[in-house]
Amino acid sequence: MFILDIVSSILLFAGIFFGLSGAFGLFKFPDFFTRVHAASVTDSIATILILFGLILQTSFDINTAKLLFILAFLMITSPTASHALAKSARHGGLLTLPEANAKQQEQTR
Amino acid sequence: MGELIDLVLLAMLAITAIRIIFLKDLFAVVMLFGIYSFLSALIFINLDAVDVAFTEASVGAGISTVLMLGTLALTNRKEKESSHSSILPLLVVCITGAALIYGTLDMPPFGHPNNPVHEHVAPRYIEESPKEVGLPNMVTSVLASYRGFDTLGETVVVFAAVIGVLSLLGVRRQEENDTPESGFRAHHVLQVVARVVIPLIILFALYVQFHGDFGPGGGFQAGVIAAAAFILYSLVFGLSSAFAVVGPKFLQLLASIGVLLYASVGLFSIYKGGQFLDYNKLAADPIVGQHYGIIIIELGVGITVFAVMLSIFYAFGSQAERSNIR
Repeated sequence: MFILDIVSSILLFAGIFFGLSGAFGLFKFPDFFTRVHAASVTDSIATILILFGLILQTSFDINTAKLLFILAFLMITSPTASHALAKSARHGGLLTLPEANAKQQEQTR
Repeated sequence: MGELIDLVLLAMLAITAIRIIFLKDLFAVVMLFGIYSFLSALIFINLDAVDVAFTEASVGAGISTVLMLGTLALTNRKEKESSHSSILPLLVVCITGAALIYGTLDMPPFGHPNNPVHEHVAPRYIEESPKEVGLPNMVTSVLASYRGFDTLGETVVVFAAVIGVLSLLGVRRQEENDTPESGFRAHHVLQVVARVVIPLIILFALYVQFHGDFGPGGGFQAGVIAAAAFILYSLVFGLSSAFAVVGPKFLQLLASIGVLLYASVGLFSIYKGGQFLDYNKLAADPIVGQHYGIIIIELGVGITVFAVMLSIFYAFGSQAERSNIR
């Protein structure tokens, strides 16, 4: 039981770290697409780690199954959400930072 | 620890509310409203009010965000600058707020066990409902049985909302099918994932509907979740393919069937010799009668809420499509 608690808290803290780094990147990254990338870190790896940490805290009953269901659902939906966001922005004509810089240089020439 | 979480959540709630007031971009305001609802759902969970939290998360953060985005598609994204000064409204709000805060000084202390709210009917619900209704989830017993008449009123209010929206906006007539395809036609990933996810969402809605007697859930949440599945379908595959699955006319029929189902349980219990919505008379054993009554009225609530939410989305969506053509 003791080992499980240690592993669980390691997973939880790793999840917190990735969640925080995602939030940090959301504010610090320069353009939209890198920000989506940062936000998807929170969606994917942080939720996986936190949910696995929580699964180790359960007594392996119905709650474990529920958490696994949530995990499966999030694994399907959150990458899709990030993808849809980025693709819609691309369709709407948003450029990445290097592309925008190149375009600006062409215009100034 | 619980108080610390409460304080953090309430502080975030206040920050969100203040941000909502000062933002002019209504799209961001709608998103902040979603965050606001999620934060209040978390506070409810911390208060052990799981059913309320569930409703707040599904209705407040889920469906009303979608409906408000639909409204934004019809109107403008930016808030208009108000022309008149804001000093008088500010004064009125401050005076009213001060009066309300003064009023709270006379309220009984928060969370005290001898408060009137804990002494009136709550002890009876807690002590008698396992014997009288026999459901593990006491919230469902109170909502559907003791307060069945109130819940009927809520269902009628939801039904009245759809009548109001439809009489203002109306749904596109069936013959105007030559409109351009909406939906994310190019989003193949979205389409594949939606095909996987939509059945799961409907399955979860049915679970919430029929598990409401035993755990958090019930008709309101289940109807909203089922409506969310169909809204996802119409967003991804286009409104006209959603009309082919469940048409607007059928939804209007469903919305009234739900309310009628609820009210007819009441009338049937009168016919059986009880009072309106007296489930004890529905079967020979009062407890079995209660269970029958609660399952049927929750089904009525679920059907109505589902049909109403989807109808309102259809009304907004077809209006937005029509204005895109012009």
